Amino acid sequence: MKYVKVLLGVWMSGVIAMSLGLPMVALPQRWYEFPIIPGLEEKARIMFFHVPTAWLSVLAFVSSMVYSIRYLRKKNPEDDLRSASSAGLGFMFCILATVTGAIWAKFSWGTYWNWDPRQTSIFVLLLIYGAYFALRSAIEVEEKRALLAAVYSIIAGVTMPFFMFIMPRILSSLHPEPLINTQGKVHMNTTMLVVFLSSLAGFTGLYFWMWNLHVRAHRIAYHRF
Amino acid sequence: MSRTEPVATWIRSAAAIFQKDWRSELRTRYAMSALIMFVITTISIILFSLGSEQAPADALAGMLWVVIFFASMSGLSRTFVMEEERGTAMTLQLLASPGAVFLGKLLFNLVLVIGLNLLTVTLYALFISGFVVRTYAIFAVTILLGSVGLAAAATIIAAIIAKANTKGTLYPVLSFPILLPLLLTVIKATRRAAEGAFFNEALGEFQILVSYIVVVVTTSFMLFDYIWKD
Repeated sequence: MKYVKVLLGVWMSGVIAMSLGLPMVALPQRWYEFPIIPGLEEKARIMFFHVPTAWLSVLAFVSSMVYSIRYLRKKNPEDDLRSASSAGLGFMFCILATVTGAIWAKFSWGTYWNWDPRQTSIFVLLLIYGAYFALRSAIEVEEKRALLAAVYSIIAGVTMPFFMFIMPRILSSLHPEPLINTQGKVHMNTTMLVVFLSSLAGFTGLYFWMWNLHVRAHRIAYHRF
Repeated sequence: MSRTEPVATWIRSAAAIFQKDWRSELRTRYAMSALIMFVITTISIILFSLGSEQAPADALAGMLWVVIFFASMSGLSRTFVMEEERGTAMTLQLLASPGAVFLGKLLFNLVLVIGLNLLTVTLYALFISGFVVRTYAIFAVTILLGSVGLAAAATIIAAIIAKANTKGTLYPVLSFPILLPLLLTVIKATRRAAEGAFFNEALGEFQILVSYIVVVVTTSFMLFDYIWKD
């Protein structure tokens, strides 16, 4: 585990240095140059941090739901611990994604918040996380808390996909889609894509490392009493 | 569900639970009076805050669902909370299968929500002058599907909330994210009805509502066993 920590530290430092430091030019010639994406320009750099946090807030939510299902099947307290820890990290990443998105929106759209479909979806995810922890704090008996929280997270999980169908009908989004877009075109060059994917991998590694740490710390607290 | 039980008995016990709840509701009129008073209070607050201003029809169509949502949140948790408070949950567990209990409670809440919505729509149309419906078919289907969806989600959340310590305050908090897909869709459909759109234009919304109902009811039936058994 010690090496994982060091490796993650070095990896993330590299990603941060490259995503903030590499120059952006109109026609990239050398390997270390990023292209200028029309409409995004220098603001595109936030993508290296915003997209991974948004991805992790969803991944953490799905992991939490998977462990909730496992808890209901096997009633193993360990699964509840994993589910709750993942939800805690997901909540943190969700806040980070919301804040980085709002900052970007201020400079691109001129306002921090304008109920863009993406903003609405992430707001609902925040609400679900908030409700999940409110529910957990309201129940004292551990088994009952684990059970009801698991049920709630599954119900929230099955209703969440509806937003994918509803949102486009209500408002068209202004959110840029450099990776998955309707034209099937990638605006990034190889360097940018490599840094972006490294950031995604680094953040995902960070999530699994923190999750593991969280679960082990709580396991110690659990067995002490 | 592993329990093998003839469908007839299952339906009969669900009907018996519905009847029991209905009779006790008629005696105490707890949920009913809470819902009715809440609707009246909310509509008068809207009237006070509007004053002599004329709000746009769009905004009024959305506000109708604000009234319905908060009114539902004031009364629909009663059916499960009541069982825990009276200590009758255990007896009910012995007498009927979880599925039957859930179906009975769902039907009871459904009747309450439909009654509530009819009352809300009537009062809303009477007192709020800017509120107009041009396509009645869209409006009627929206109210109907919205009631079913609202009752379905509210019932399963009520079952969760009844087992938690703070019953009142948590209910809207837990329900809101679950109900939001439904609320956004019914608000959109109500706006269409207010604008006088053709019935076909709202079919997309109805599809979303029907699939929402199917998903929530199915998941509820699958998960209710876990909540109900202590």
